[in-house]
Amino acid sequence: MKRWLLATLCLASLATPAAAAEPLIADLTSHLIAITTGFTGTNVVLFGSTDGAGDIIVVVRGPERDTIVRRKSRVAGLWINKRQVTFTSVPSYYAVFSSRPLAEIAPPSVQALHQIGLTNLHLGVLERKRSPDDVANFRAALIRDRQRDGLFGDTVGRVNFLGDRLFRATITFPANVPTGTYLVEIFLVRDKGVVTGQTTPLVVSQAGIDAEINEFAGRWAFFYGVVAVVGAAMAGWLASLPFRNA
Amino acid sequence: MDIYLPIAAVSLDVFVLLVLGGAVGFLSGVFGVGGGFLLTPFLIFIGVPHAVAVASSANQLVGASVSGALAHWRRGNVDLQMGLVLLVGGFAGSAVGVWIFAMLRRIGQVELAVSLSYALLLGTLGILMLVESSRAIIRGRRLGASRRKLHQHTWLHGLPLKMRFRRSKLYISALLPLALGFLVGILSAIMGVGGGFVMVPAMIYMLGMPTAMVPGTSLFQIIFVAASVTVLQAIENGTVDIVLALVLLVGGVIGAQLGTRFGQRLRGEQLRALLAVVVLAVAGKLLFDLTVTPEDLFSLAISE
Repeated sequence: MKRWLLATLCLASLATPAAAAEPLIADLTSHLIAITTGFTGTNVVLFGSTDGAGDIIVVVRGPERDTIVRRKSRVAGLWINKRQVTFTSVPSYYAVFSSRPLAEIAPPSVQALHQIGLTNLHLGVLERKRSPDDVANFRAALIRDRQRDGLFGDTVGRVNFLGDRLFRATITFPANVPTGTYLVEIFLVRDKGVVTGQTTPLVVSQAGIDAEINEFAGRWAFFYGVVAVVGAAMAGWLASLPFRNA
Repeated sequence: MDIYLPIAAVSLDVFVLLVLGGAVGFLSGVFGVGGGFLLTPFLIFIGVPHAVAVASSANQLVGASVSGALAHWRRGNVDLQMGLVLLVGGFAGSAVGVWIFAMLRRIGQVELAVSLSYALLLGTLGILMLVESSRAIIRGRRLGASRRKLHQHTWLHGLPLKMRFRRSKLYISALLPLALGFLVGILSAIMGVGGGFVMVPAMIYMLGMPTAMVPGTSLFQIIFVAASVTVLQAIENGTVDIVLALVLLVGGVIGAQLGTRFGQRLRGEQLRALLAVVVLAVAGKLLFDLTVTPEDLFSLAISE
């Protein structure tokens, strides 16, 4: 894997004449994260080259889902879920990487346009009658919760340049990473503007026995339930055998 | 060592799960309660999603109660006839319960419903049991081995459809165990528990069964109620994690066998007093959690 990576990097840097037409080339060391029984999180390295000086910003977004945020209120001494805001198309994973502090490379308008940074994330709201203050509070809670789970980056990660043209960044995925298709967007920024961009997919999926269990549970729910019951009953019976004569 | 749970979609330490299963299994063996009322809250605490914790606990219960019921069966402490009547009510109740659970999940009030009904039920039961059993202990000390009536008869026992339960030496209305089974079936589905903690006291105080027959008979019917809840949860909510349930079981079945042995050494009223204390402690904790200001007022859920 490492040798292959190195070879690719060398090729990319050597082939300057050909690459001249391509201001930005980037790829991931792997386009598939397989979640198996022992999965405790993983890293994927993004690498690439540019055709000259410039800065790189990387945005990684997980599959989008509608997400309900509920707020507890005190009712008769008890804390009860009362109000809720449903945010539409919330990425289940979100991380930003850049070669220099964002503010130095790109003005706020550019960041907003490309949804770079948590504050620029476009989130729709399902409920009509919600004050902007409310939405802001619930949105902050949503982001806080995801950050606690390690699914939204707390800070902007680093893109490291090796020389002028070669760059790399390490994307970290925690053990609880949601499955689905991720998009990795790479922006080449010069003179406070995005020159070009590239998007590459990354699939996170369950693999091996786990994937099979999940598929079985989804497709044959009744039989899955029966198997679960019979398996448990067998285990209970087996375990009682050694104690039979005691 | 971490293990990835396919349905829960989280990684957890195997040893934590084994110890948790073992401790709960021990309680189940001693008292004839499934121990689900402790298992579910603990699973949620270590990061298993609420709905998965409830459904997988039910699955784990199947195995734990098979193991426990077999141990009691070998000692002749299972009233098969009573168990079957309870079961009929139980099946109906668990179907209703799974439906209620799906509805609560939609409106986002699962946690509240579970905690509140737990706390109220356990609190009432715990106090009643504690009073009764401490009275029995005091009386036993004062009078030595004086004989008393097998059980008290109330108007409840006089309802129609009377049936004779030979092993339990009872002649009571079948409506009583039917209703009890139904109620426990609902609880099973909503809370992911076998309902033993309701069943056991109710069998002693409401039905008037002999204490020795109670744990075995309770476990016997829990097997089937938990089995039907597991299948229904798998179909209705898709939240049964078979890997989680099996890991919990490995610890649980061993704990249950040891617990059964330990339970035999205790006298009936001591057993009841001890169970009362456990039940009250759980009720207190649940109520406390509902009233204490949460660390984060906000919670997230993926909408379907």
